[in-house]
Amino acid sequence: MSYILETKNINKFFGKEKPFHLLKDIYIGVQKGEFTSIMGKSGSGKSTLLYILSTMDTDYTGELYLQNELVTGKSQKQLSYIRNKKIGFIFQFHYLLPEFSVLENVMLPAKKLAMKSAEQIEEDAIDLLKKLHLGHLVSKKASKISGGEKQRVTVARALINEPMLLIGDEPTGNLDSFNSENLFQLLKNLKEEKGLSLLMVTHDEDLAKRTDRTIYLEDGRIIK
Amino acid sequence: MTGLNTILDDLILNQVPHIHLCNEIKPSEKQAISLYKDFEDAVPIIHSIKPKQNQKKIHNALPILNDLEKNKKVQGATPQLQTQIFYLSGNIELGGNLVGVDIIKESKLSNIQDYIIEGSILDLKNTENGILLGAGVVEKMSLSVGRKVIVSTAKGDKFPLKVVGIYQSGIADIDNIQSYTNLKTVQRILGEAENYITDINIMLYDISDTPALVGVLEKKYNVSAVDINQMNAQFETGSNIRNLITYAVSITLLIVAGFGIYNIQNMLIYEKMNDIAILKAIGFSGSDVQWIFLSQATFIGVSGGILGLIVGLGLSRLIDTIPFKTEALPTITTYPIVYNPTDYLIGLVFALLCTFIAAYFPSKKARGIDPVQIIRGN
Repeated sequence: MSYILETKNINKFFGKEKPFHLLKDIYIGVQKGEFTSIMGKSGSGKSTLLYILSTMDTDYTGELYLQNELVTGKSQKQLSYIRNKKIGFIFQFHYLLPEFSVLENVMLPAKKLAMKSAEQIEEDAIDLLKKLHLGHLVSKKASKISGGEKQRVTVARALINEPMLLIGDEPTGNLDSFNSENLFQLLKNLKEEKGLSLLMVTHDEDLAKRTDRTIYLEDGRIIK
Repeated sequence: MTGLNTILDDLILNQVPHIHLCNEIKPSEKQAISLYKDFEDAVPIIHSIKPKQNQKKIHNALPILNDLEKNKKVQGATPQLQTQIFYLSGNIELGGNLVGVDIIKESKLSNIQDYIIEGSILDLKNTENGILLGAGVVEKMSLSVGRKVIVSTAKGDKFPLKVVGIYQSGIADIDNIQSYTNLKTVQRILGEAENYITDINIMLYDISDTPALVGVLEKKYNVSAVDINQMNAQFETGSNIRNLITYAVSITLLIVAGFGIYNIQNMLIYEKMNDIAILKAIGFSGSDVQWIFLSQATFIGVSGGILGLIVGLGLSRLIDTIPFKTEALPTITTYPIVYNPTDYLIGLVFALLCTFIAAYFPSKKARGIDPVQIIRGN
């Protein structure tokens, strides 16, 4: 079976003098179109795992594959490119650039990728925002919109380069139940419509149950 | 600062020719004893050496002048006849120095014209017994243009001369004794022939040729040649040290400004930590981030530099119009300012360099920021 994302025997240690074994022998595979959630107590290593999977953290042993291509050991520049093109991010905190407008924020990753002309990117970004029912925010400044709106804008930003994998670090963690339900539905629709793979760390048992698969971490080990 | 330097340099240098030919009074270089073969290996000790008996005038002065005019490096050569005189007022005698010049030629080569505060060079040219009197002498003897002054030679002959102009160099020592008149007038006063010339002043096209030419002229014409550097060595030192101070102050200011920029950039990077992390997460590499901060610093450098130059130019213009009168510098009415494009260019380049260096280290830090730590830290 082909995996979008696959790990082989990932181990992570923290600290140099007395290394703390944070992640132990992690094997994960995420299939195309699969909505996977990672759950675990604080300190179980789930966020650490997520950052390794997202290629931002390179300080680990083991192997990480994206679309059957070995990612481990690539240079920072190559990793930046991979993140830009293949992975979309949603964080617990919205992290939009406050000086820019919503539209500019969404356009940013595409401009970096520079595969399309600026006009094309702008058009795509507006389309995308409209699809996410955010059309009315297009020209607003990122610092002037509400938290729930911001989080949906980050989803739009994550999708602009049409990635194959969306990674979320407690994307709903900072939202009230209405907004978090809203966002969850949005992600679910994306998965169903576009066949996007989703990987999400969450604390929320109810949300996790509604995903295709839940990985439970405890003390750095996958227990289920 | 440079303006003042230039003015002060001009003050001295313009009154000093690049090369000055004269018959200097000095002992012979080769004393008679060195001609004796018997004493070849000995060290001669001669007591009370007397200067060589010599005439004051330059031998063959007129042919030398002609020859100099043909020299391609020479801008011009002017004859001078310097003599000691007394200015007489009743029974008061005032020691002085009368310089006979070819005033038209002189005014072309030096800026003597700038220092004539009353009358003009043409007045002197057209008045046979005219004299351009030093301002100090004028004051001491209560004279004015149009009146007569009686001068007496060392031999005691008295001549009345008409004051046609007043000359003020700004150097009191010169103004108190020196006066100019036509070459012929002095020759007549001294009762000498028309080829009686004691000094020749030479101006060159390129001042750097001076040292080389001095030796050549000395040998060729068998006279003493003194060059400008010899006469004004101490002056050069003064200018150099003033320049040094100017640059030291400028560099200090730039370093202070550089630290300012360094601080601003550092603070900015802390403030924008989240944004840097998010940029890195969505696919911008470390060098992209570094580039953002560097280009920002360059923008600050360029705009600040250009703004600084414009403000500086404006201030210079303003200062240029402020009246600045001093006895010592008669030609100056406002503060002396030099507008030298090179200085502005150097300023801009230094400003850019400074901002770039100041911004480089913070930007390097931004490049190295680990997005995971920032995002998790929140």
